[in-house]
Amino acid sequence: MASNIDEPSENVDMALAELRDHYEQDGHGVELLEVAGGWQILTRPEYTEAIERAQLAARPQRLSAAALETLAIIAYRQPLGRAEIEEIRGVNAGAILKSLHERGLIDVTGRGEGMGRPLLYGTTPTFLEQLALRHLEELPRADELAIALRSPRPALQNGSEQQQEETQQTGA
Amino acid sequence: MFETAEAAEVFVVELADFSGPLDLLLSLIRDEQIDIYDIPIARVAEQFLARISTLKLDEAADYLEMAARLLRIKAQMLLPRREGEDAWEDPRAELVRRLLEYQQVREVVDLLEKLSEERRSRFARAYLPNPVVPPPTGALSFSLAELLGAVDRVIRIARKPNIHEVIPRALDVDGAIGVVRAILAMRAKAQWTDVVPKKAEPWQVLSVLLALLELAKLGELRLDQPRAFAPVEISRDTSSEAA
Repeated sequence: MASNIDEPSENVDMALAELRDHYEQDGHGVELLEVAGGWQILTRPEYTEAIERAQLAARPQRLSAAALETLAIIAYRQPLGRAEIEEIRGVNAGAILKSLHERGLIDVTGRGEGMGRPLLYGTTPTFLEQLALRHLEELPRADELAIALRSPRPALQNGSEQQQEETQQTGA
Repeated sequence: MFETAEAAEVFVVELADFSGPLDLLLSLIRDEQIDIYDIPIARVAEQFLARISTLKLDEAADYLEMAARLLRIKAQMLLPRREGEDAWEDPRAELVRRLLEYQQVREVVDLLEKLSEERRSRFARAYLPNPVVPPPTGALSFSLAELLGAVDRVIRIARKPNIHEVIPRALDVDGAIGVVRAILAMRAKAQWTDVVPKKAEPWQVLSVLLALLELAKLGELRLDQPRAFAPVEISRDTSSEAA
């Protein structure tokens, strides 16, 4: 939406803002959201069940845990190849990559330099749309996550060596 | 170690609960309340093996690979270290790094799950990503005979079209005209919401819309919309310039 219109962009933005306010104030069942570099009219969450009951639309299938893990890795590390995904998850990723590709959530974005020039994957605008995100930067940065990838505890390098030797002795 | 065997027997989980060996390992570490930076590798390796056999995962290559990795680390930990050897690298370091990395992925998964769940409860008409312009291709080369052959095949394959009969649902435009006239007989101005019944069915809304347009055409009323998306005003007064 609003990408191929022959109007100055500020006019389009103003009209979109007006439409959004209109939906907001006059009690409409839909709202206007900025999504994946465009705009989208979405029904409000409170009407989900009514819409489904009336069989006007069905919710898309939920993604499996394995699919979400793979998507999470691709979203944060893209572009990356299958081997790296498998390394992080510790599981074969072929079937899941295929199904994510079929659902249009990921795409091949290039080829790697390494052996066999592996396919590199990245997320698509559809991925953003399926999460109602404006862009990837809306996801928290890796260092903002609760479990940030920090270097091992300093204690491990200095003080804990003796402790390790102890556990080792008791273990042996 | 007696506890281990017992725990393994009591602990019944399904394969579907784990999305891989790292997931299983993390749940083990969480259940046993182990410090991830100081994993008692012998105990964990033993429990991991016990779990994958009770879960009947022992044929899954990914789980076996992790089991082998754990046993190798265990063996490395048992090797004697020379006194004063400065550059001792903890054989568990790589595993810890992978576990932390995987934990981070799980955190992102929770977030993505929440976002996609929220989005799943909203419906859009459709989503059209910006069209990708296909790279130009060279001119096709084929003979007329090939083309005719293809046309012939398509004609033979093509089924008869499905013809549907569309039955129009009756609208009550005349009734709606009566309602609008009655309202305008009482007051000079009215709004769209005054003339449409509360909780109107689609056919009622359409009837009123057609009635308004018909009456406007007949010159019995005037329809005004002061600005885009504003409520439509219906007025009896048609004397001023027509809309």
